[in-house]
This record gives sequence, C-alpha cells and structure tokens, in this order.
Amino acid sequence: MTKYLIRRFIQLVVVAFIISVLVFLLVHLLPGDPSVTILGPNDTAQNRTILLHQLGLNKPLWNQYTIWLTAVFHGNLGQSYLNHESVTHILATGAPIDIELIVLSQIVAFAVAIPLALVTSRRPNRPLDNVASTGTFGLLAMPPFVIAPIMVAVFAVGLHWFPATGYVPFTKDPAANLHDMVLPALAITAGSIAVYYRLLRSDLISTLQEDFITMARSKGLSNRRIMLRHAFRPSTFSLLAAAGVNIGALLAGTFIVEWLFAISGLGYSLVVSVQQRDYLVVQGISLVVAIAYVFLQFVVDFLFTVVDPRVIRE
Amino acid sequence: MIGRRGTKGAKPVFEFRDIGDPTEPLLVVDDLHTSFRTGRGTVRAVDGVSLTVKAGTTLGIVGESGSGKTVLSRSIMGLLPTRDVIKSGTVHFAGHDLTALEPAQLRQVWGAELSMIFQDPMTALNPVKRIGRQITESLRLHLGMNRAEADATAVELLRSVGIPSPEDRVRWYPFQLSGGMRQRVMIAIALACAPRLVMADEPTTGLDVTVQAQILDLLGELQRERHMAVILVTHDLGVVANRADEIVVMYAGRVVERAPTHTLFANTHMPYTRALMDSIPRLSDPSGVRLQAIAGRPPDLIHPPEGCRFAPRCAYAQDKCRESDPPLRTAGSPDHLFACWFPLVHGTSTAPPAPSSGNGSSSAPPPTSAADTAIDPGAEVQSP
Amino acid sequence: MPDDRELGNTRASTQLLTDRIPGQAAVDEMVVSRQSGMLSSDDILVTKPLGALFWFAIGWLGLVVVLAVLAQVLPLPNPNFQNYSAINSPPNIHHLLGTDDLGRDLLSRLIFGARVSLIVGFASVGIGMAIGGTLGLVSGFKGGSLDSMLNAGSFVILAFPAIVAVIAIVAFWGQSLLKITIIIGVGTIPLMFRVVRASSLSFANRDFVIAARTMGAITPRILFREILPNVVPVAVTFGLITVAGVIVLEGSLAFLGLSVALPTPSWGNLIAEGTANGNLSINPYIMLWPAFSMFLLLLSINLIGDRMRLRFDIREGLL
Repeated sequence: MTKYLIRRFIQLVVVAFIISVLVFLLVHLLPGDPSVTILGPNDTAQNRTILLHQLGLNKPLWNQYTIWLTAVFHGNLGQSYLNHESVTHILATGAPIDIELIVLSQIVAFAVAIPLALVTSRRPNRPLDNVASTGTFGLLAMPPFVIAPIMVAVFAVGLHWFPATGYVPFTKDPAANLHDMVLPALAITAGSIAVYYRLLRSDLISTLQEDFITMARSKGLSNRRIMLRHAFRPSTFSLLAAAGVNIGALLAGTFIVEWLFAISGLGYSLVVSVQQRDYLVVQGISLVVAIAYVFLQFVVDFLFTVVDPRVIRE
Repeated sequence: MIGRRGTKGAKPVFEFRDIGDPTEPLLVVDDLHTSFRTGRGTVRAVDGVSLTVKAGTTLGIVGESGSGKTVLSRSIMGLLPTRDVIKSGTVHFAGHDLTALEPAQLRQVWGAELSMIFQDPMTALNPVKRIGRQITESLRLHLGMNRAEADATAVELLRSVGIPSPEDRVRWYPFQLSGGMRQRVMIAIALACAPRLVMADEPTTGLDVTVQAQILDLLGELQRERHMAVILVTHDLGVVANRADEIVVMYAGRVVERAPTHTLFANTHMPYTRALMDSIPRLSDPSGVRLQAIAGRPPDLIHPPEGCRFAPRCAYAQDKCRESDPPLRTAGSPDHLFACWFPLVHGTSTAPPAPSSGNGSSSAPPPTSAADTAIDPGAEVQSP
Repeated sequence: MPDDRELGNTRASTQLLTDRIPGQAAVDEMVVSRQSGMLSSDDILVTKPLGALFWFAIGWLGLVVVLAVLAQVLPLPNPNFQNYSAINSPPNIHHLLGTDDLGRDLLSRLIFGARVSLIVGFASVGIGMAIGGTLGLVSGFKGGSLDSMLNAGSFVILAFPAIVAVIAIVAFWGQSLLKITIIIGVGTIPLMFRVVRASSLSFANRDFVIAARTMGAITPRILFREILPNVVPVAVTFGLITVAGVIVLEGSLAFLGLSVALPTPSWGNLIAEGTANGNLSINPYIMLWPAFSMFLLLLSINLIGDRMRLRFDIREGLL
C-alpha cells in the first residue's frame, strides 16, 4: 500500500511539474502585451521596453520560467499589475470561499444522492425509481447559470429567504456566512446530485446481481445490512472517480455562482483578472488550481485503496 | 430453537422441531413449481418437484445445466425474488412450511438452520470484506455472539475446514486466497451456525479436479461430525455416486428418476440417467473408447415438447413417448421412482421391438423378455 | 459448441454436459440475474421501448436544429434591431415571445442564439472526435510505446482544469465563434481519445478479433471491419453526452461575456442579460425563454444519450 502510494505520489510530482510548465506557457505564449495592461495603449515604445526589462519579460522564456518557479518555491507568486495586491494574498482570501462552497455543495450532494440511490436501486423501474431518475435528469439539465438566476428570483427577490448577494467570512459570523452560502452552494450542487445518484444507482444495481449478494442473503442478513455492508462499498468505485473529476471541475469552476452572487472567491478573481489581462494573477490562480486538482486525484487514488483492497495488489 | 438474541423490537421468534429420529424427513418438498415471467413467455424452470431429505443424509440432485436444479435449490431456500416469479407447492423444513414464512422469519432460518454453498467461490465472497468478517457476520446475527467470541469462533471454523494458520487468514481478503481456499472459506461460512441442512450448489465446478475431491471429502467429514443433511446439486453423476444416500435426476424442470444411490446405479430405469452415466469417463475403459454424449439439446422450457420431455433425444423413444407424458411411478422396489413409459431394466430397454420412425432405430438394443416381466406397466402411479 | 476453455478441460463429463445452447444460455443468465432476489428483471430481459419521452427529446432537438438552420430564412426581425417603441413588451402578436429592455425581439434572439449553442456544441465535439477518436482507435488497437505516450499525455492534459484553460485562452486569443469552437474542440480531444482508446483496447483482445488476426486478416481490415463497428456506439453515445457538456461550457462562458462578442445573441449571454440590471423582476421573459430552452435542450440530449447507452448496453460508469 505504501509502495502504491509512493508511486502515485511520484507521478503526482511529475504531473505537477508538467503543469507548471503548461501554466507558464499558457500565459506567456498567448497574444497580448502586459505593458499595454499596465501602461495603457498610448504609451511610448521606450517606456514599454523599460517596463518589460523591469519585469524581466525580455529574458529568454526558459530563464523567465526558472526565475518564476524559484519564486514560486519561495511562496512568491508575484503581484497584480493593476492594484499591486500580492497573488498569494488573493489566493489566501479567495481559496477559503471556494473550499467552503465546494464542501457545502458536496455534503448536500452526497447526503441526497447516496440514500436515494440505496433506496431506489433495490427496486429499479418501480415508481419511486422512475421519479428519482427523471428528476435527476432534470437536475442534470440545469447548469448553474440557469438554476442560480431562478433561485435568486424565487428565494431572494421573491420570498426574501436568503440574500441575493454578499458574503460574510465564516470566522466573523458563522450563521450569517452559512445563510449567505445556501443559495450559491445549492446552485452548484444540482449537477453533482444528478451525477452521483445516477452512477451509484447503476453500480448498485449491477452489484446487487452479484453472487456474493445472494450469498449474504442466504446468511439471513437483513436487506438494510446487505445494502449498507455488502452492496454499497463495492459500488462506490465509479462514484469516487466521478467525485474526483467533479470536485476538480468545481475548483475555480464555481465562478458562475461567485459572479452572480458577488462572492469574490478564486473563480471570480480568475475571471476578473482574465478580463483585465492581469497575467500574474491568472498564472498564480491557474497554477494553484491545477496543482490542487492533481492533488485531489491523488487523494482519490488513496481513497480507492481504502474502498477496494484489491487496488494495492495491482 | 432459533431466533435473534438481542433483537430490537418484536421480531417473531418461532421454534423448530428437533428431529431426533433420523428416519423422519427433515425436509419435505411437495409438488414445487417455479416459473419466471419473461418477455418471451413463462419459463417453467421447476415443474412439480417432490422430494424428501432425512436428517443427516445426503441427497444428490443431478441434471444438465438448464435442467432446473439451481432454480430448484433456490426455490427450496426461498431465495428467489417475488416479482415475475410464480411459485406453488410447499417446502416443509423441520415442521415449518418455508413457503408460508414472512421474509423476516425466513431470515432467521437462512444461515442458521438452512445454509447454502455457492458454485463459484470467486464471485460468492464479498471482494472487499475480510474473510473473518464474512464468517463472524452470521455468528453475531444468529448466535448473538460478541465480537471477541465471534472472532475466536471464526478462527476455529477456518481451522476445521483445513485452512492453515487461520489466525492470520481471518484478516485476509478473498482475492488473496486460491480457489480451493475460498471454497473452504465458503464452507466455513455455511457451517458457521451449525445448520441442519446445507444446500451445496455445484460446490466444486469452479475448482481444479484435484481440489474437487478434497472439498467434497471435507464436506462429507464435517457432515458426519455435525450430523447435517446435505443437498448436493451437480451436473456430474460421478460426484454424487459415492457420496449421496439418495439421488434425484432432473430433466427440463422435472424429476425423471429418484432412488437410493445403489439402487439407481444397480438398475437404472430412465434412459436419460443411463445417458448421464455413460458420459462419466471411467478409468477401467480401454483407451480409445469414446464417451457417449447425449445428442441434442435440453428442451425449451417456455414451450416444452409434448409427451415425455426427453423423447426428442431418447434413443428408445416410441410414438407413445411423444404423445403422452409419463408419470413418476414405481416398479419393483417402492423407493425407486422414475418417469418413463419404457424403462430400461438392467441396461436393456423395454420398448417394443418395432423400430420407431426417426431416431434411435439403429441404436436401440432389442428388448428382452426378461425385462417385460420385471416391469409391470400398470405399476402404481405416484404423482399425477 | 464447446469453447476452447472447455476443450482444454479434462473433466469430460463437464464438457459434455455444460455444452451450452443459445436459448438455454438466456435462461441461465436470467436465473443468475435473478439470484440476488432483490431485483426485478426489467433491465435485463426485455429491451425497453424507447418511450414517448425519447421521441419528445428527438422532437425538441430536431425543432431547435431546424429553426437554427433556417433562422435567416424565417420571417424574423433582425435579432439586434432595437425597437424603442416596444421595450419590455410581454408576448404579443408582433413579438411572440415579447421584447427585451432594448426593444429587441426575444424570439428572434432566441433562435439566432440557438445557432451558437448548437454550432459550438456539435462542431467542437466533431473536432474532438475526428482527432481524439481516430488516435484512440488506432492507439488502443496497436498498443506499444506510441500508445503509452499518448495515454500519459492525455492523462496530463486532463489533469489540467479545462475550464481555467478555456477561459484564459478565450480571453486572450479572441471571442469569435470559430475560435471558441476550435478551443473547446481541442479541449475535448483527450476526452474522446481516452474513451475510444479504452473501448478499442477492450475489443482488441476479444476472441473474434484474435480469431480474425490468426486467420491472417490485415490490420486496417480488422480495424474497420471488427473494431470500428463496435467502438462507434460507445463513441457516439459519449460524444452526445459531451455535446451537452460543451453547450453548458459555452453557456457559462457566454454568461460571463467570454463567448461570442455582443451583441450577437447566444443563450448564455441572453440569460446573463435577463439576470442583469434588475431585468429579472422587471421582465423575467428575457431570462426565462433561453433558460427554459437550454433546460429542454440539455434534457433532450442527455435523454437521447441515455437511451442510446441502454440500447448499446454501455455501463454508466464508463462515460
């Protein structure tokens, strides 16, 4: 098991390294001139050259990369060209918001999807299962930019249950913070519920046809125990993989709800800095998000070893 | 007595009769029918089967794949689903009709008094649970043991089925064991609560030939020690030949011959049973002798053929066989039942000499007059 | 016929008696599938009819496609014409779906907006399928070092959060329909590669392919005759589900103003417009029509994809 995880970790480091190159190239090879961002379009060519020299942007690309990477290892991701806020500070203030959104939405998603799948998979194609399957199809067809405005219209503007915009840090006022986060979290949870439910249901249905389930029945175990202790765990492999991909997509992928609810998480900062051509911020956020994504896959790999003891052997 | 110690709420606890008398049947199956509703029509997988098993004895159920033997064993247990399955008939086990029990009551019987060994040890053990857990589960449920007692018992059970260093093995997962070892684990699970009847559904089919005999011997040994009854379901007459007390031969969902083992082998009446025997390879056969395969295929159970279901494949079939269904009857010895209009007697057919149209005309041996007198065609009819 | 596994079996009686026949195999399978006793057989036994819902989904997708294709020909007002005498009008005989806060006809904007969703959705998946699918087909069948390299490469690219890359590239490179289609299309290449490769690989080791190989069939012939027909259902089903994903992605970009430049309508930017400036309470129709159309379109595509998946018996986890 340790051997397996070490191997995965080495892979992680290699992939992280390649990703740092990709992020660097992504920002540096794209058309657009940072001097235009900083000095505006009407400055002289001489001033531009001086600025590029100051920023080190006239050096060869590989040299710029090593300088950047060295700085990254020292925790220095540079600063915004526009307001000179340090990128690490932007990350430090933004990341907790994304993490909170993701954690809340995923808790809701699992809390809905898992019990629902456990109940409906026992009797597929019965009314309850049909309702749940159709319902989750509906959720799958409601991306955040469709569902969030509707939720705002109904629950914030219409019923005044929740605020339409705003964010209070959790450390300041936990109750107000959670109150603010309900709508954004629910808006992104819809798709997760649908994906998790459908995968778990179909895997449970095939697990329930396995011999070892009949075997468990022949031991006289209750249906409840069979579902929870025998069928559930071997049915979670696809769910786990899907959760890894899905949560990965939500890292900075929460920008729609952040945008709509005016919450300045990483996704929001990313979109704003992209629109303003704020290169170093884009670079810093992309790098951190990408590394987090890869690390998440590592965590998923680790969880596979917990869920399925056979993985270690391979 | 069975029942869950420490059960929450009012679970029905009911008593099973202690059957002290070994001649009294432990299991009585009467006219059991099981059909599946499918898209193509109703499949009559088990079609009127009756049998009995005495305490501590072994019954062999033999038939080709698709003869309904697996469905029969599941039907006796009551393990089949209720939806799209039509069942009738009764299964009396130690005085209770299992077909009339509530699911919660059945669960008190399963694993405790009546347990099952599955065909494929590769798929019948939960791949993500330690084998120890898979054993202690029933111990804790049915016998109300605490964790420590159950763990200790699991180690003893593994030792009794011949697994080396069981103290370590309880923590292993099924994938870490060989097929034979897994089948031993499965036997340990089935025997954990000392059931009175074990259904073994092709328990050795998935194993190497050398391991097969070991597993069957182990099962026989444990059976004698614990005075259990065993139903051994197999496609291989050779497997049950020297292990079963009585043998039931099934064909197309029905019992076609049923007799104590020695009687069956000494005087096979049903041509199908004969054909099964002929397909067992014998060491005494000179090399180069071809095994006799049974020509044709088992019949469609949605639209079974008219008359005797084996007639289309039978070398001795007559017109009568294709027209009317032979009832299960006796001749001579009262415990030897068979369903055949023209039974074999000591290897020769009692069919009339005139060769029938179609198959069998050349291969059917001529009947002997001795056979005609040995079998009384008007013998007592056992079941309709 | 006994298969080769049984032929190698020394247990003659087993060999003779387990000789399977097709009809019998079906019954055996059914029995096995029912063994759990906790299941109904509907999934397994009878091919489910496609159902009214499926035809409704086909109908809606067809309607959207036809309207989008014929948008220029249909008697619709210019989607960008601002009629200041009819601002925020509710649905009426002149404007069947009403007008927005600038007096533009909502039906016309909806239909022209559909073009963006459909073109980006289908064309980019087409690009991904053409390149990624072809690579995956050959790579999975051939194996070897090229396969390992491509596989590792696709893994690394997929380890990169797509949405970040797409946002960044779109913002810096440009927001034309063509560029967005290409960017997203290139982004789907590794996805298509992985799915088609996995499928191709699984068929490359099936008995019928090995049989074809031993009989001396040449590689291109095996690839096109044996593998391709089996891979296509998986690829098409997965492709269709990806189309839905791409439409969502384009909608998200458009919602942020990062898809096709305004005033060209797309469903995403129509929803954004309907959400901005208090439009939601003044004139909910602006947001409602595109949101509802998007919902139905995604529902239809997912439904068709799911029915295809069931028909071709593809496991849900694979996709």
